Amino acid sequence: MIARRQLLAAGAVACVWPPARATPDSMQAAIDAFTGGSVVREGRVKLDISPLVENGNTVPVTVSVPGFEAAAVRRLALFTERNPQPEVAVFTLGPLAGRAQVATRMRLATSQTVVALAQMADSSVWQQRVEVVVTLAACVEGG
Amino acid sequence: MKLWPALLLCAALAAQAQRLSGHAFMSPATQALQNDDTQNPAFLWVRDGQQRFDAACARCHSRGSQRGVAPRYPAWDAVLGKPVTLSARINLCQVRHVKATPFAPESDALLGLEAFIAHQSRGMPVQAPADARLAPFVQQGQRLFNQRIGQLDLSCAQCHEQLAGRRLGGSTIPQAHPTGYPLYRLEWQAVGSLQRRLRQCMGGVRAEPYAFGSDELTALELYLMQRAAGMPLETPAVRP
Amino acid sequence: MATLRTILTAPASARVGEVVEIRTLAQHPMETGYRRSSEGELLPRDLLRRVECRFDGELVFAADLHAAISANPYLAFQLKLPRSGTLSVSWAGDRGVAHSESVQISAT
Repeated sequence: MIARRQLLAAGAVACVWPPARATPDSMQAAIDAFTGGSVVREGRVKLDISPLVENGNTVPVTVSVPGFEAAAVRRLALFTERNPQPEVAVFTLGPLAGRAQVATRMRLATSQTVVALAQMADSSVWQQRVEVVVTLAACVEGG
Repeated sequence: MKLWPALLLCAALAAQAQRLSGHAFMSPATQALQNDDTQNPAFLWVRDGQQRFDAACARCHSRGSQRGVAPRYPAWDAVLGKPVTLSARINLCQVRHVKATPFAPESDALLGLEAFIAHQSRGMPVQAPADARLAPFVQQGQRLFNQRIGQLDLSCAQCHEQLAGRRLGGSTIPQAHPTGYPLYRLEWQAVGSLQRRLRQCMGGVRAEPYAFGSDELTALELYLMQRAAGMPLETPAVRP
Repeated sequence: MATLRTILTAPASARVGEVVEIRTLAQHPMETGYRRSSEGELLPRDLLRRVECRFDGELVFAADLHAAISANPYLAFQLKLPRSGTLSVSWAGDRGVAHSESVQISAT
């Protein structure tokens, strides 16, 4: 019996669901903190992410604002609805940025909405939301 | 008389045509990670391995000399009288020639060196040496591959030959050709060896995994590489 | 101060005013603080927090990272080359980890 439990533990997933998880409300609070409370409009920003992800550990994502000079964009940001925390990253574009475009890889704990925001130089804020299905969550197997 | 070599070749090619690298079973996003060296996280380990190679191994081995080495492994070691994996060979060199302590299994140092050395042979076909001394170990590897193990009472062959291409949970079962090791596994978020992967599979069927560096894992790797003969080496691969 | 293994990919040269892609990789586990070891202990949070890219000291791009960025963080962004100069990327994170890498880009 003991050997069996040890064998089961050896193969068990080494991650644990965190005690709390982000909710649509906490994501909204995080977005408000980023925007300073500004109205967020749909459009301008483009969120490139696969709608179906085979491993939530490493999800390639690109955020861009096509059709606008880099100088017109101040910051880009990513948020999630159901990761343990809603914040993913905030990207600041400096004077020598060539294009308002950044690519990175993020973690998705489960199927959820991912939100990309662009804060323009005129302080307006724009968003795009994508629903992503994750077939294997960002949990790391023991071993 | 003249026709049958061509038929054999056709049969061999047809058989080869059915063999697919794990690369083919991945999503396009994960394939993209492997296809671009500037995006593949494994190159952090390859770069480290290159620096270690230049610092220690380059005393005896030129970088160019490493091309063609990895596809021939596991290979016979005359002193030990048995086959050894590439990582075991690196550690044997550490002890015998560099006169330093061997690297710990799955250490970043050993993985980096192995990844760097194997990467020099990327694109070359796996070419297990035709060494008669290896035959009994290849057979041992084949027996292990076909042996049912663990509480789930499954053999490697049942999933990776009979059910390859079908799904286990959300993942597609690959054919288990170790053409890309050491590789960056998204599940590990790090580079790891074939032995780590084999041990994880064994844990997955609830069997006691063979120890790192064990004869069983070496025999399995030897058999798997023979089974993959002719397929191009991909090190460092990316897998989900 | 703990250092970091990084790879910075940038073109060796470009035309003045040309937009070029800069790619960075850093070897870091980005430990979330939610995982447990096989013994059941909570693995403490350990993250890279800030990545900055400057060209001859002027800001090109900066990133503030959180636990949802994958291990071995990859960042790709665009530089508008003003002239020949030094592109420098710096990383900073928990436990005093800090590192920077630079390359020369010449304007043709």
